[in-house]
Amino acid sequence: MIRRILSFTALILSALLLSPFVFTTPEGGELSGVANDYIEQAPGDLNGANLVTSIIVTYRGLDTLGEVAVLFAATAAVGLLLSRKDGDDSGTPDRNASEILRTGSGILFPLIIIFGAYIFLHGHLSPGGGFQGGVVIATGFLLLLLSGRAKKFNHTVMALVESLSGFAYVAVALVGVFIAGGFLDPRFLPAGEFGRLFSAGAIPVIYSLIGLKVGAELVGILDNMRRREGAAS
Amino acid sequence: MTASIIIAAGALLILIGLWGLLTRSNLIKMILGFTIMDTGTHLLIVGLGYRDGAAAPIIDGSIPATSAFVDPVPSALVLTAIVIGLAVTALMLAYAVRLHASRGSAVIDHFKENAL
Repeated sequence: MIRRILSFTALILSALLLSPFVFTTPEGGELSGVANDYIEQAPGDLNGANLVTSIIVTYRGLDTLGEVAVLFAATAAVGLLLSRKDGDDSGTPDRNASEILRTGSGILFPLIIIFGAYIFLHGHLSPGGGFQGGVVIATGFLLLLLSGRAKKFNHTVMALVESLSGFAYVAVALVGVFIAGGFLDPRFLPAGEFGRLFSAGAIPVIYSLIGLKVGAELVGILDNMRRREGAAS
Repeated sequence: MTASIIIAAGALLILIGLWGLLTRSNLIKMILGFTIMDTGTHLLIVGLGYRDGAAAPIIDGSIPATSAFVDPVPSALVLTAIVIGLAVTALMLAYAVRLHASRGSAVIDHFKENAL
């Protein structure tokens, strides 16, 4: 009973806390100084069409590096929690996927991978980017797992992709220190023609590396969860 | 008007999620409550950056460079928040699976400290 009253009080207080956001509408207002600067300077500075990408990869690039690190830590923790001894795959029930799923996944898998690569390669031009592309790639591998086409993934390749892309991300960021204006400055590559694939300096390079890293990490999570499921049943 | 609706929906989702988090005792349902709260936060932050009649902050030929843009900073923050939310959810689910495997139950009341 006391717990219920306390929960209810917490809800009421949270509602009070949130009410100013709802009742004072920000629309039509001026942008804050930082946002204005980003919008005015990012196109000329970085030559990237997608301002959100410019902010994520360059102006707040350190945030993104930290974010990738958090994702890595979470993946490692999931792997640690759900790990079991290698060679213990005997408990995995072999349920055959239906013909439709098997055939369909074979046709869709390459398309999904290409679409994911397209999304992270065009992150500086259109809505999308490394994180989204990485997730799309992971869904392709999830389809493989569901259809039973892949019993387990090659961990060496996955670890290699993940660590190499993470390493290359930091390396590219450090190149910015020596050649361009600072850490994560993408302007050491030519800015290119606005709106083209090869433009915006190193932003597509960095976002592609993020895409590969996120994709590899999420596939790792899926793989861990799948192997655990086999163990529990 | 649009911004108010988005923000109100976000606030409502946060409250629903918080309610689920506080009153459910099943771990999976609590995690669901957390993800609902997560989504509500994203909606709220994106809604705060909305401006009436402004374009998405992506420059292309069809939008004149002088036109007004939506605040790009909340969008960038939410993109970060979504990924972190995904990672945290995966971690929580892994813990739930582990707890269920060790105790055969996913109800939080069965995990009292003195029961260890």
